[in-house]
Amino acid sequence: MIVIIDYGMGNIRSIYNAFTLLEKEVVISDNPKIISDSEAIILPGVGAFSDGMNNLRKKGLVNILNEEVIDKKKPYLGICLGLEFLAERSYEGGTHQGLGWIKGEIIKIESKNSSIKVPHIGWDDTKIVKNDVLFNEIEEPIYYYLHSYYLKLDPRENNILTSICNYGGVEIISSIHKNNIFATQFHPEKSQETGLKLLKNFLETIS
Amino acid sequence: MLKNRLIPSVIVNNGNVVQSKQFKHTNVVSNAITAVDFFNSWAVDEIIVLDVSRHTDYRDNFHRIIEGLSKRCFIPLTVGGWIKNLDEIKRFLADGADKICINTQAIINPEFIKESSNMFGSQCIIVSIDVKKNLNDKYEVFIDRGRKNTGLDPLEWAVKVQDYGAGEILLTSIDRDGTKLGYDLELIRMISEKISIPVIAFGGVGKWQDLVDGITIGKADAVSAANIFHYTEHSTFNAKEYMVKAGLNVRMPKFYKLPTPRKPKYNEIF
Repeated sequence: MIVIIDYGMGNIRSIYNAFTLLEKEVVISDNPKIISDSEAIILPGVGAFSDGMNNLRKKGLVNILNEEVIDKKKPYLGICLGLEFLAERSYEGGTHQGLGWIKGEIIKIESKNSSIKVPHIGWDDTKIVKNDVLFNEIEEPIYYYLHSYYLKLDPRENNILTSICNYGGVEIISSIHKNNIFATQFHPEKSQETGLKLLKNFLETIS
Repeated sequence: MLKNRLIPSVIVNNGNVVQSKQFKHTNVVSNAITAVDFFNSWAVDEIIVLDVSRHTDYRDNFHRIIEGLSKRCFIPLTVGGWIKNLDEIKRFLADGADKICINTQAIINPEFIKESSNMFGSQCIIVSIDVKKNLNDKYEVFIDRGRKNTGLDPLEWAVKVQDYGAGEILLTSIDRDGTKLGYDLELIRMISEKISIPVIAFGGVGKWQDLVDGITIGKADAVSAANIFHYTEHSTFNAKEYMVKAGLNVRMPKFYKLPTPRKPKYNEIF
């Protein structure tokens, strides 16, 4: 059984539907016992960074996540906000502390080329920069993005980078993989077969 | 490079998919599940589902439709129609919607745009703007599914919508809706060029070239249509193929064989 963390943010149902389609037993929960019993943790989310982190804290989920993912090395997949939370801090509407599992910051998409529109919405070419199990047998990595902020990775963490997306000259980090932690800025649950394949690849890492 | 998007809109009236002509609804075309199944397995990039029912009796039914659709839809699903408060947004997101489209309530209370985009993120909130030309050839914004003239200038309203935190604009020409005359390119270009959030063009597509014009001449980021996709087999596939041949940067058309869940029986949904 895998668990989708319920902290009141975003399109949780879509992720539930995707894993259900892949015939994986999946539960939406904020219950520590269920999270502890799960094989893997999915942290989805769209919305504001500070609201998301506050909700995680209020529900006591930050400690549980640290315990399960960092101490017990349980497989983790973060999607969109679930990637952004991993950073040390975000500058979305002030300065807010993240989980700090990776060295980096979340900053707003801004380009010298003023013609790009923000939010970055839609299907975009994603360049795989490092072979990663998540992209197994994926030939054309075009994924659906929906965000205004992105991860600026500390150069010391460059080895965890697995894919990027160039949006009007801004190099957006599309996915990372560090030990048991996977995360994507794009939405695999909404990227049709290319996305479902990625989720399937994630499930294969835990079976 | 970011692709231009093709987005079929599904207009639902009293639980049925209908055609729309200048915001009058006729011709029951199909049920929504069938429509979305087709779109989902063809090469469209997103789906918008709008409830235009005037009877509130059908509201619960519409929620059940969205819940049913979301189980079968693995591209972004936008839901709109008569959404008035944050609780309704929450309920649609719980049904499986990814984005929410608001219109009349945004005009009645513009703070609603701020509240909803603060709570769910700008990327979740699309503001729909319905526009009609008056007798003096001046554009005006209408609400209440085209029944009420607000007298607002669409560009001024679009700028405000953007400043209040909307993530996208769905821009519809009521005059062109269902006429097959093509988009109102002048209107679309006027808004798209002045706005820094994406604009989705809607209303009037009668041939595939209209989709291309919406992007190349209208400068829209995404193009939507409804009636033209009905009754024709592989319609969205053909539309996409046409857009590729015209040199647009779009996802290639492809038939997707998604293992869709068991098709719910009609009476399970309705």
